[in-house]
Amino acid sequence: MMRSEPWQTAEIPGPVRALTILKPEVAVSAINRSKHPIIVVGHEAVETELEDAKPIDYAIRIADSTEAQVVATAHIIGEFISRGFKRACWMSILDIANRLKDPGWGGLDGKGQYDLALFMGIPYYMEWVTLSSLKHYAPHLKTISIDRFHQPHATWSFPNITLKDWQKQLEAIATQLERK
Amino acid sequence: MSRKGLHLKLEELKTELAQVKGLEIAIGRIIEEEWAEPVGPTPFPTLASLREWDLKLLKKYRPMYLPYCDVCCLCTMGKCDLSKGKLGACGLDISKQQSRVVLLACCIGAATHTGHARHLVEHLIEKYGPDYPIDVGRSVGVEVEAPVTRLVCGVRPKTLGDLEEILDYLETQIVHLLSSTHTGQEGDELDFESKVFHAGMIDQVGMEIADIAQISTFNLPRADPNAPLADIGLGTVDTSKPVILVIGHNVPPSVEIIDYLERNGLHDKVEVTGICCTAHDITRYEPRAKIIGPISWQLRYVRSGVPDVIVVDEQCIRADILVEAQKIRAPVIASSEKNCLGLADRTEDPVEEIVSDLAGGKSPGALILNPEKVGEVAVKTAFQVYPVRGKFKVIPEINELIGEARRCTRCNECRRACPNNLPIPEAVGEAATGNLTGLANLYDLCIGCGRCESACPNHIRVHSLIVKGSERKIREEKYKVRVGRGPIQDVEIRNVGAPIVLGEIPGVVALVGCANYPEGGIEVAEIAEEFLKRRYIVVASGCSAMSIAAYKNEEGKTLYEAYPGTFEAGGLVNVGSCVSNSHIAGAAIKIANIFAKRNLRANYEEIADYIHNRVGAVGLAWGAITQKAASIASGFWRLGVPVVVGPHGSKYRRMLLGRRDHEEDWYVYDARTGNRVYAGPAPEHLFYAAETKEEAMVMMAKLCLRPNDTSKGRMIKLANYIDMHRKFYGVMPDDIPQYVRRESEIPVTMKDEIVKILKESGWQEKPTPDPTLLPRLVGVKR
Repeated sequence: MMRSEPWQTAEIPGPVRALTILKPEVAVSAINRSKHPIIVVGHEAVETELEDAKPIDYAIRIADSTEAQVVATAHIIGEFISRGFKRACWMSILDIANRLKDPGWGGLDGKGQYDLALFMGIPYYMEWVTLSSLKHYAPHLKTISIDRFHQPHATWSFPNITLKDWQKQLEAIATQLERK
Repeated sequence: MSRKGLHLKLEELKTELAQVKGLEIAIGRIIEEEWAEPVGPTPFPTLASLREWDLKLLKKYRPMYLPYCDVCCLCTMGKCDLSKGKLGACGLDISKQQSRVVLLACCIGAATHTGHARHLVEHLIEKYGPDYPIDVGRSVGVEVEAPVTRLVCGVRPKTLGDLEEILDYLETQIVHLLSSTHTGQEGDELDFESKVFHAGMIDQVGMEIADIAQISTFNLPRADPNAPLADIGLGTVDTSKPVILVIGHNVPPSVEIIDYLERNGLHDKVEVTGICCTAHDITRYEPRAKIIGPISWQLRYVRSGVPDVIVVDEQCIRADILVEAQKIRAPVIASSEKNCLGLADRTEDPVEEIVSDLAGGKSPGALILNPEKVGEVAVKTAFQVYPVRGKFKVIPEINELIGEARRCTRCNECRRACPNNLPIPEAVGEAATGNLTGLANLYDLCIGCGRCESACPNHIRVHSLIVKGSERKIREEKYKVRVGRGPIQDVEIRNVGAPIVLGEIPGVVALVGCANYPEGGIEVAEIAEEFLKRRYIVVASGCSAMSIAAYKNEEGKTLYEAYPGTFEAGGLVNVGSCVSNSHIAGAAIKIANIFAKRNLRANYEEIADYIHNRVGAVGLAWGAITQKAASIASGFWRLGVPVVVGPHGSKYRRMLLGRRDHEEDWYVYDARTGNRVYAGPAPEHLFYAAETKEEAMVMMAKLCLRPNDTSKGRMIKLANYIDMHRKFYGVMPDDIPQYVRRESEIPVTMKDEIVKILKESGWQEKPTPDPTLLPRLVGVKR
């Protein structure tokens, strides 16, 4: 599997770097293998305009089809509710990451620690250091960045892609999960 | 004052060799014997003196490390790969390495403020003498004039000379702290963190020394809530005059510029303008001076060609300032040993010779380590350079702009270099067609770092294009800022002490720090306004205090014009420059001392315990950039005051986060009974990075909650927290049951909704303790 460049050119991570998601099947397979996934969605997921949709809409579709827990960070919990998605919890990106690295955490649903976390819509550099923290301190957890810019501290991440290609990837992942 | 350490006083001594009368020898630290207040347990604390207190805080607020990279590269055995639990060649793991880097940053910050104070005090002693009295507001009843120094060191400095001894102590501590980061020294992350707190505490003393010295000697506003308003903004400068720009933090050279103008009747003939904290301090000295803006205004202002001479002192000055100045043919005068810029030392040369070389273009600049000479040279050079330069600028004309924009290949290198990932290629693409709207839109969001230009393979002057596209906005940058008032009066503390401690004033929010804003400086003003409208006390300093000014309300007034400068509910208090941050800590300390009558002298742990449990204060450094910002924050952490930073603050590599789901972390001692009592997660975090301004505001409101809040106070604080949560998040918060201790604390306007939430959660009443983390305070009568 190829490796990609970080989006911000100076953000050099070190020896352990993400595997690049070239095909949506990679992400779909990881999600399907997960017994207890969680999706963490930041405010940029409602600020970025895609064709006829916003990234948050894909987060909801993925969550609906997998029954994954959703955490809305920043101030966007109301966006989930206004879209009819009631299962989202609010927690800051730092608070959720702090819990995800705690092996003893009982989870938001009381079913124990998560084994896979998807990230979307967090400011690039903030997601960068968050994923770094999880890479170092949460060995039990796989992480996927489903943002359009490459996140080298994730376990898997897209390469740097255009908005159009990003939407295609998100659409493919959501559709394949919905077919399950 | 006398000294501690060795203090030998002999009325009369007769020996075989000699007879001595009235001999007094003192070596060591200053300890005042006339001060009736007893010396507390920790005068002049060393690295481990307050370790137990630090560890109490660090148990509640555990470090969450956010490694910037996987490696350590600080010695020749490296680089060491610290990923996946690996140890470096010296045995350090990734956590220890992160905490070590945080300590390094805080040492840099503390050293910078303390070095600033040292240079300032040396200069002032030379000018005014060591016996010059410290006076930061005696005429308005400021009796506790150096609360941080009193608290930390246990001494009351009365003269400039007294400050030198305190600086000796600070410098020693910084050397020891820095040495702890050497290979093979400290080997535990929590001990590194304790030293981080120590660096922050040292930093606060250093800042206080610097500011009380300059207030006393330069006659800056002394705790004056009605300090005058000054002009701020690029649009305020009269470009028909010679313009001097001062940049940095250490104000004596700028003071000498003003004095020279005054002495020679030239004041109205020259514009003195400033960027960063020197700008704050020069307007405190002479309100007719003008503030251009925060640290990030350097490139845009210099390139505009308006300044004729640039005088730099120290800190936060662009390292390429000389190169940028040469582009606009403006000479640079460096005035600090800490920032020589490669310039020839002209300190001993005749003024006319230096002026001639600078004005004639023979030298691009000069290093002059004599503030008085800087003043004269700067003014004379400005007069000579002004007609020759003709305000020569490097901002392109419109046809040049379009031509440059057409060279853009949309490679995205500028955007990938931009800290805020701004859509530069799109804006430049539009500009290539003559549409400058996109560039103008970037102006407000741009932090002025210039990385876009460095990255451009086609050498497009991206930042200059943005400035050109924003000419109208720049012309309209005309605002007012209340100049830094310095300390808070004792009487103000008496007036607000009770309502703050009881919770009836919902909180004190301090907006401090630099200008690395994720969405522009306007956000700081919006945050300030939100809290002012809610009758919090809003305190400001540094670049944040400037950004607050750059906004007008519906009535066309800046917030400084719309709100009083008093330390009271709904007051907007600009304390001043970076070093004035010490007065914010000082206000919290004075609440414990003046209102609650806790002994101050060398009594750090008890005062910090008081502040942490009772004073609903929170800091926000929305655009924190520097190591100084890190050390300023760490000074507040040791006092138990939480600090929120913007999203870029996550790059500080470490947060201090509470876990509200860990009930055992939130017990305090009830000082009346000695019982361990659950006090709830208040404040929930000690260091926290927020993703958006909305998140920051809600968190700040929550972080003002304290275990000591009375029922009425808790109700008021909860009303604000819950209301802001609903306003910005659109939903009720999910942690209400953890913060309501009894029904009387439920905000009246939300009663039905909250009662329902409490019922569903199985809520039960909780006691309100007389809270302390220190068992030794149990049963102590006050």
